[in-house]
Amino acid sequence: MADNGTSAETILRVTGLRTQFGAQVIHEDLELTIKRGEIIGIVGGSGTGKSVLLRTMVGLIRPAAGQITMLGKDITALNDEARTALQKRIGVLFQDGALFSSLTVAQNIMLPLREHTDLPPALQLEIAEVKIGMVGLPPDAANKYPSELSGGMRKRAGLARALALDPEILFLDEPTAGLDPIGAAAFDQLIGELRRALNLTVVMVTHDLDSLSAICDRIAVLLDKRVRVGTMASLRQDSEPWIHEYFHGPRARAALDHLTTGGEQQ
Amino acid sequence: MSTDAGTAGDIGTVDSQIDGDLWRIVLGGQWTVAAATGIDRALKAMPAISQHRVAIDMAQVSALDTAGAWLVWRTIAALKDQGIEAELISSNPAHTGLIDTVSRNAVPCPEPPRRRNAFVAMIERVGSATFAVLYEARDLLNFLGHVVIVLARSLVQPHRIRLTPLIFHMEQSGLNAVPIVGLISFLIGVVLAFQGAEQLAQFGVEIFTVNIVASGVLREMGVLLTAIMLAGRSGSAFTAQIGTMKVNEEIDAMRTIGLDPMEVLVLPRMWALVICLPLLAFFANMMGLLGGAIMATIALDITFFQFARQLASATTLWTFWIGIIKAPVFGFIIGLVGCYEGLRVSGSAESVGRLTTRSVVESIFLVIILDALFSILFAELGI
Repeated sequence: MADNGTSAETILRVTGLRTQFGAQVIHEDLELTIKRGEIIGIVGGSGTGKSVLLRTMVGLIRPAAGQITMLGKDITALNDEARTALQKRIGVLFQDGALFSSLTVAQNIMLPLREHTDLPPALQLEIAEVKIGMVGLPPDAANKYPSELSGGMRKRAGLARALALDPEILFLDEPTAGLDPIGAAAFDQLIGELRRALNLTVVMVTHDLDSLSAICDRIAVLLDKRVRVGTMASLRQDSEPWIHEYFHGPRARAALDHLTTGGEQQ
Repeated sequence: MSTDAGTAGDIGTVDSQIDGDLWRIVLGGQWTVAAATGIDRALKAMPAISQHRVAIDMAQVSALDTAGAWLVWRTIAALKDQGIEAELISSNPAHTGLIDTVSRNAVPCPEPPRRRNAFVAMIERVGSATFAVLYEARDLLNFLGHVVIVLARSLVQPHRIRLTPLIFHMEQSGLNAVPIVGLISFLIGVVLAFQGAEQLAQFGVEIFTVNIVASGVLREMGVLLTAIMLAGRSGSAFTAQIGTMKVNEEIDAMRTIGLDPMEVLVLPRMWALVICLPLLAFFANMMGLLGGAIMATIALDITFFQFARQLASATTLWTFWIGIIKAPVFGFIIGLVGCYEGLRVSGSAESVGRLTTRSVVESIFLVIILDALFSILFAELGI
């Protein structure tokens, strides 16, 4: 969008968040601030509530307490109309794309346009074609149904749908899980490119250390129902056992080699 | 000519100025998806070009997204097709970058396959549906053969029958169905008695209501309703359970571990239905007669004692057996179709739903066909 210079603007702020299912408390007093234009990765062990945090931020789960201010509005205190208006400004990619199985890829991408704008159908299709190209799908994927696509293609199609309305914030749930290393690297690169081209803010839950080091500006680690936020470099210095294990384990060493050998991240 | 587009707040403008032989298109305001409809209209309404040089000035554009960038690029591309090179004037690298990204990715997708002539499409659909039914019948027959072999083998080697799942499915399909089957049969008994009484009262032979209830319930209704209930309750459950396992790759896992899905999944379900359906049908018969008897007592002043005496004279043991003999066959068919459709699930969760529906429709259809065949058979045999 127009304002790409104001990198300090806060686009999403979570304060005092508590989520719980029954008696089980997932997050307690969680604080997180995300700035416009950054890519932030959310990591954490299994069951620490990474996806729950993402789903809470996009408004699918109601927090038990706390405030989530997105694009200047408290999402827990919105009426339906305002919520829909806000929803148009965010895009969400679910783990397996979550494409509507009865629609073709092109129809999936056109659905938000059809619902939320009065664009003529021809223009809707043209925009869908652009998005299909942008996420790196071949043109002939447009008329295929989700069941005819591979997992990686479904993710790309899901991303194209998430981008249909040119959102300001993009939420990704494990975008590279289940992709081969080449596909995963290409996906990372794609996210980075789209961020640059569209000035997106990206919030992604991931387990993929390569993604974290390649494209994430900051990393939020879920620990003891809270997050600890830092850059890759600062978290690598952290002495907390889990974080240390995470960023210094055998897998981390392989993924982060280039950092220690002098290679610089973008 | 100046055209405002979109609603207040989301305005994108297209302004056209002629400057000698230079045609200057000045874009302004918000060029975003929310304003795209108006911009699209304004661009389409632009007059035809007589100039040879065109400049597109984006200096006043305050916001640009992919939709806006696409509209700019589309205009440039359309001019290019007419042999006119348009110059893009923009000082904002983010804007030119976005237009560049869009231009690289603007590959038209192939048109969706065109819809055929409605008449031809209908003929085609009839044809393919006919073949689908034939193939399905063939595959079901094939599966029937497979099941018969497995069942026969399990009779010779009873240790192949897994007791725990068998008991589990007997409980699920048999025991748990008792209340609903009983209630429905009871009500059908009531209805038969009431309808029969109304007709027979015209001739003053209300007592024959008992014959109607007895032969109606014992020969047909008891077992048929039980079978239909189980097709809806258990046949569909079988398809959904096995289908979900198929989607989960559990069936494949079983094969790799060396378990035969036919033996582990199909066999206990088939046996459970073959055993339970006669038992349930017996229960249904009793409840149907009870319903008829209660209705007769209340509405016709036929006492329980009279009802029983008339019942004994109106029925033979065969009346009862004719109903019960059909039950295991119906159970077999319901289990067969339920398991067969479940194993046919492939790929998505959507196909589980589709095949579950199909399993219920198919098994009820087959049960009624078989019932008709049984009627003909018994008529020929004279019982």
